[in-house]
Amino acid sequence: MTLDRRRWLTAAGATLGSLWLTGCDKLAMNSTFTGVLKVAEKWTRHAQRAVTDRNALAREFTPAEMSKDFKANGTMRPGDAAYLALLAENFASYRLAIGGLVEQPLALSLADLRAAPSRTQITRHDCVEGWSSIGKWKGARLSALLDRAKLKPEARYIVFHCADTLDRSATDGAGVYYESIDLIDAYHPQTILAYQMNDATLPVRHGAPLRLRVERQLGYKHAKYVMRIEAVASLDGLGRGKGGFWPDRGYQWYAGI
Amino acid sequence: MADKPAKVLIRRHSGVTRITHWLNVLAVSLLLMSGLQIFNAHPALYWGAKSTFAEPWVSMKKVEVAGQPRGITTVGDLKFDTTGLFGWSGPEGRREQRGFPAWATVPSWRDLGSGRSWHFFFAWIFVINGLVYWLWGLAGGHVRRDLLPTRDQMKPRHILHEIVTHARLQFPKGEAARRYNVIQKLTYLAVIAVLLPLMVLTGLCMSPTFNATVPQLIDLFGGRQSARTIHFLSASGIVLFIVVHLVLVVVSGLWNNLRSMITGRYAIDAEGDKA
Repeated sequence: MTLDRRRWLTAAGATLGSLWLTGCDKLAMNSTFTGVLKVAEKWTRHAQRAVTDRNALAREFTPAEMSKDFKANGTMRPGDAAYLALLAENFASYRLAIGGLVEQPLALSLADLRAAPSRTQITRHDCVEGWSSIGKWKGARLSALLDRAKLKPEARYIVFHCADTLDRSATDGAGVYYESIDLIDAYHPQTILAYQMNDATLPVRHGAPLRLRVERQLGYKHAKYVMRIEAVASLDGLGRGKGGFWPDRGYQWYAGI
Repeated sequence: MADKPAKVLIRRHSGVTRITHWLNVLAVSLLLMSGLQIFNAHPALYWGAKSTFAEPWVSMKKVEVAGQPRGITTVGDLKFDTTGLFGWSGPEGRREQRGFPAWATVPSWRDLGSGRSWHFFFAWIFVINGLVYWLWGLAGGHVRRDLLPTRDQMKPRHILHEIVTHARLQFPKGEAARRYNVIQKLTYLAVIAVLLPLMVLTGLCMSPTFNATVPQLIDLFGGRQSARTIHFLSASGIVLFIVVHLVLVVVSGLWNNLRSMITGRYAIDAEGDKA
């Protein structure tokens, strides 16, 4: 290859490369284009729902396989005054409120939750970042609690309102953590509100006094510091309308993949 | 003119090959770059079901060395200073901690949610495109006719001969250039039948729902973190293929190769009168 030709090819390659990169960044900022990309999220959810039995269980592990370094993410210790007051009295006056589209609103103490039908499972927690940790969870089955509250027929999603403000810069009130799941996941046998982790009381950094376990989805769906559960017909009126703290910030609402 | 053999244009690539090839170029490039965006959210790799945070087998991070931030990449017990490339990169003064540098990711800035949107959209394009190619390739005879090596090509002497001429960058001419040579065939087969499907299978193992759907698959790869590692290694294999492929496209006749993948026509030297 002659020197001229090599120089020419290098220049052409560099030009194409930088055009490609600028083009990708421009598209990433274009809301029409990102809207098109988001369509795939619907395809994925429908495809996975179609091929997966609604009761298919996430893998459960043996005690020997549990992580000794289970990582915590998101809020590690809520700074919110109401939460700190509850923490100071070891959650004695904590009441989990279950309301919204239900016939029988409930307010459950930790003792009530511990007395409710429970499930214990050793599962793998997969973070959206890519890492995994294995831990043991014990908690109240969400399906039994929802049956006790009697969902109204128009209820389609279950929303988990949390105690922690994760984004203090949000001025629109959407800085408080929340998450939501559909009724398939809400009634899945492994979906529990955990009050125990690795045979001990749930630690603060993992969401004390109560966190959601929704084992067929990624970590950010597993809301920590759950204060209130609300049955709704639509996710429109919540936060910024996408059904969760991270979904409001560009993450996928369906985190089964 | 007298010394130059006459050229004849033969039909090299069918319409399906050409369209699926370029769609694959688009999808694979964007999958690689959005994949590195996702990797950057936790630039470390492990074996087994779970992450062993204290001992990843690969990691890229910012480490203070003698009071100076450096990008340090570890692979097993080996340690490399990769400042500017892996772990700590960006223009002087605006360096940041990130696994792969901005020019290798989509979008260039750190945005995991957006990277995932790109990745899953183009994963669908990639899978549908791959299925069309495979169904057509098997039913239409493309795989059997053009990609499976013939018996004479598989003789050890012939393979050895091909390796030697390849290393000298000598390529088949005339009638022999009508078909793919054996190294080409085996490489293409390894990519389309092994690496690309492996990307889909290990990629599916990243999905907690899919792991409940088909638990056997993740066991096959040795657990989710092993599957993530194999996903990364297989992607590295694809990058290696692309680099070699591009170099060979250039040295074996850039315009002729490009034309054949765009219009389908490929020029070969006419041999005597029989052309």
